[in-house]
Amino acid sequence: MSDFSEGQIERYSRHIILREVGGKGQSKLLESRVLIVGAGGLGSPVGLYLAAAGVGTIGLVDSDAVDLSNLQRQILHTTADLGRPKCLSARETMEGINPDVCVVPHQCRLDSANVLNVVADYDVVVDGADNFPTRYLVNDACVMQGKPLSHAGILRFEGHVTTIVPGRGPCYRCLYPEPPPPGLVPSCQEAGILGAVAGIVGSIQAAEVLKLILGIGDPLIGRLLVFDGLEMSFRSVEIPRDPGCPVCGDRPTITAPIDYEEFCRLRGGIESNPEVQS
Amino acid sequence: MTERAPECCLDLRGTPCPLNWVKTKLRLEEMEPGRRIEVIVDQGNPERNVPRSAKMEGHRIVHAISQNGAVRICIERAEESAP
Ligand SMILES: [Zn+2]
Repeated sequence: MSDFSEGQIERYSRHIILREVGGKGQSKLLESRVLIVGAGGLGSPVGLYLAAAGVGTIGLVDSDAVDLSNLQRQILHTTADLGRPKCLSARETMEGINPDVCVVPHQCRLDSANVLNVVADYDVVVDGADNFPTRYLVNDACVMQGKPLSHAGILRFEGHVTTIVPGRGPCYRCLYPEPPPPGLVPSCQEAGILGAVAGIVGSIQAAEVLKLILGIGDPLIGRLLVFDGLEMSFRSVEIPRDPGCPVCGDRPTITAPIDYEEFCRLRGGIESNPEVQS
Repeated sequence: MTERAPECCLDLRGTPCPLNWVKTKLRLEEMEPGRRIEVIVDQGNPERNVPRSAKMEGHRIVHAISQNGAVRICIERAEESAP
């Protein structure tokens, strides 16, 4: 394609050589817009690979600052970034890798009031959130707006990942209709996480996003890929769409984003707001 | 069938592998199936790699002619360049 610069032809040459990508595919990547929720353990490899791949616009949602305990796995940030907003440190890293990429920082916490507006600007969404309220909020918003979503979770040596394409398979609520009671699922903060596991699972998310944009291969729709880093094995579990799902089912009962606190109150008064699976 | 003249010519002398093929491929993507392009590449690796890559994507090598230390390769674009 004649509108690539010499530098772009060289930078993206290993993509362009791929039969399934070519110049047309690379142009699609450059024109695409991806939102990454969370610039942490999962968001780091996703952000790095999407920026390197030339995804033209990458939104980053994170309200936290870089903490020393993050650096064992959150490879977007460096020791020099301690105390800085993760959004800004991540933007610097990603734009440093590839000046073709425009990183849009959303330095906020997603809630029922802003989630639809934020998600609306993007073609594909990546859930790298460290807490259940955000996870349900992002799932619901993506289903409501028909946006493809890569979902993943990691803990200790394990991880799981799936791709949600509304209308083509199940959503996160089909799998887990309600958040678990606080404290039932331990967080990385309590249980630990091998940093490289975040890299493996996040890299799978990045590959899924690129496939979705390019329209190639078989995304993990209706499949949960479960990774065990101690055994070093993957298994794939079929997950059906639930026709009774409250958000993507045949008669949805959730038609507007709801906050976790409200969601829990509706279901019997769980008050706390656990930080789960960072 | 009579030999159709190539639609365009890319002088890729001095362009190393695989960039010579990348530039050829980008041009092929913009062409109609059945149309031809002539590329001039260096002897050695480029004269082997560029036709091999073109054939792997289903394009047809019409001819390759050595000339003054370079090779002129005529490639006919395949019906489908991407699966
Ligand atoms: Zn559902």
